Amino acid sequence: MERRLKTSTKVYLTLGLIALSILLLYVASKTLDTYAIRILRLIAVFGVMAVSYTFINGITGLFSLGHAGFVAIGAYTSALLTMSPMQKEMSYILEPLIWPLNVIQTDFFTATLAAGVMAALFAFLIGYPSLRLTGDYLAIATLGFSEIIRIMALNMQSVTNGALGLKGLPEYSNIWWTWGWLFITVVVITSLTYSSFGRALKAIRDDAIAAEAMGINVFKHQLMAFVISGFFAGVGGSLYAHLLTTIDPRPTTIGVMLTFYLLIMIVLGGLGSITGAIIGAALFAILSEWLRFVEGTMHIGKWTIHGIPGMRMVIFSLLFIITMLVWRRGIMGMEELTWDKLYNWILRLRPRRKEG
Amino acid sequence: MSREELMLEVEDLHVYYGAIHALKGISLKVPKGAIITLIGANGAGKTTTLTTIAGLVKARSGRIKFMGEDITNKPPHTVTQMGIAMVPEGRRIFPNLTVYENLMMGAYTRKDREGIQEDLEWVFQLFPRLKERLTQLGGTLSGGEQQMLAISRALMSRPKLLMMDEPSLGLAPLLVMEVFDVIKKINGEGTTILLVEQNAMGALKTAHYGYVLETGKIVLEGPTDELLQNEEVKKAYLGVA
Ligand SMILES: Nc1ncnc2c1ncn2[C@@H]1O[C@H](COP(=O)(O)OP(=O)(O)OP(=O)(O)O)[C@@H](O)[C@H]1O
Ligand SMILES: [Mg+2]
Repeated sequence: MERRLKTSTKVYLTLGLIALSILLLYVASKTLDTYAIRILRLIAVFGVMAVSYTFINGITGLFSLGHAGFVAIGAYTSALLTMSPMQKEMSYILEPLIWPLNVIQTDFFTATLAAGVMAALFAFLIGYPSLRLTGDYLAIATLGFSEIIRIMALNMQSVTNGALGLKGLPEYSNIWWTWGWLFITVVVITSLTYSSFGRALKAIRDDAIAAEAMGINVFKHQLMAFVISGFFAGVGGSLYAHLLTTIDPRPTTIGVMLTFYLLIMIVLGGLGSITGAIIGAALFAILSEWLRFVEGTMHIGKWTIHGIPGMRMVIFSLLFIITMLVWRRGIMGMEELTWDKLYNWILRLRPRRKEG
Repeated sequence: MSREELMLEVEDLHVYYGAIHALKGISLKVPKGAIITLIGANGAGKTTTLTTIAGLVKARSGRIKFMGEDITNKPPHTVTQMGIAMVPEGRRIFPNLTVYENLMMGAYTRKDREGIQEDLEWVFQLFPRLKERLTQLGGTLSGGEQQMLAISRALMSRPKLLMMDEPSLGLAPLLVMEVFDVIKKINGEGTTILLVEQNAMGALKTAHYGYVLETGKIVLEGPTDELLQNEEVKKAYLGVA
């Protein structure tokens, strides 16, 4: 029998959890070494990207492969706003940066908001023509658009500095900014998912024609979801750029590889689950750092094994395949971790202890 | 002006699927407050007629008028907002939404909270079984329960015209009778109904007026008590010689 907690209890628990998280993050920022803190920050940045990605791929049910494109837009937009005019003048050695980008500079929060808005604008421009497609066709179209964005970043020398990329960005993405933005992302995406708008998105995912017959304007809803998802991808891009402190148009940084990493995170966590997306992001961030050792030189007994670059991803892919064979629908499925579930889980644990 | 007020009027409707001419000039009238049925063999074009009225399929030519307004080829959300709801062929409930969420999707275009609450109560009166399953996922309901949910979901938009596509399909005989009873009850509350059925006997006994569709054309029409006596209908659709 499912038992439910009172709403007020849940509110207190949530407030308590937020306070506890802030405390834990504070303690972590004071006690952990910079490497561990970097992983913590990376978890939050991937979390922002993964939650926004599962909103479009899992909750709205659109198979988009273009998420990295929006991350890229956000990363460049924000980097161009936080770099100082002098820094820009020194970086753009082949061609100078165009006006007015060469003179403006803003704070990190404004830059991140601008990154989100710019990515949302691109999501609108890309979504408008491509959302008339469905399934595999949509996947290919969005993949194509994100690659176009990357190629543009590679070639628009006087805007993006081309292949040289942007270096020496201020390392603004500390624990507070990254986890703060993850918090905002989760709050916004969760409230949307459980609003009547989100219910309509899920209905469209289940059966677009039936949803249309209910009077839902399918295209408008999907486009709106796409734009919202694009906004947070852009925010994620801004955080990412100021975590790496450099941004360049390589496929692994902001190209198709990033989309695939994000896809692994959300499918591993459970497509359509916000909790799952965060779990997936955390696992990915931790494992991809931890697995670095396999790419270095190892000594096992008297043997020396030279690391193979890219081995991490091979191991990661294998782990991914195995996980998917065990949990077909990812770790969380389509479920969320809620107080009610936790409560029922604890209740189920108790009687067993009495018997034992 | 005819004596009875018309709710829906279809005039010389032609619909194509690529090269397939599915509807070859269909005309029918649905008076306000009536139950009108459309019967016919597999592939006759019954579903196509309903989906074209709903705006899900585009008409090549012809006219559809609802409450005096031309709604031909209007987008489905506009048609729904004007007061037409459909119980689609094969139920098509949302499997990953709960029963409650499915019902709320039916009321998606409405803003009046109290009215929605009232209709929810009404739907629970029609199908008490749904009330016990509010938090269950739609996909886990039995076939019969899914059909009840599909009907209820359509009712949640408080439609002026309810179109039903084979609501009795795949149900046990007892439930089939229950569904026809419910259709009469819904009609009794003032909802006009356009009913598509394979079960010609049930449909003709429930409706006031009927149309017989054969390969995209209406071949026969009349009050249902006359159709029930018609030799052609008896032979082809009622299975009596
Ligand atoms: N999406 C489609 N594409 C191509 N042809 C279609 C499509 N939908 C229906 N048809 C064709 O149009 C004709 C009418 O189909 P429709 O579904 O309207 O028949 P129906 O009377 O509802 O049949 P049933 O009783 O089997 O449901 C059929 O010949 C069918 O093959
Ligand atoms: Mg049909």
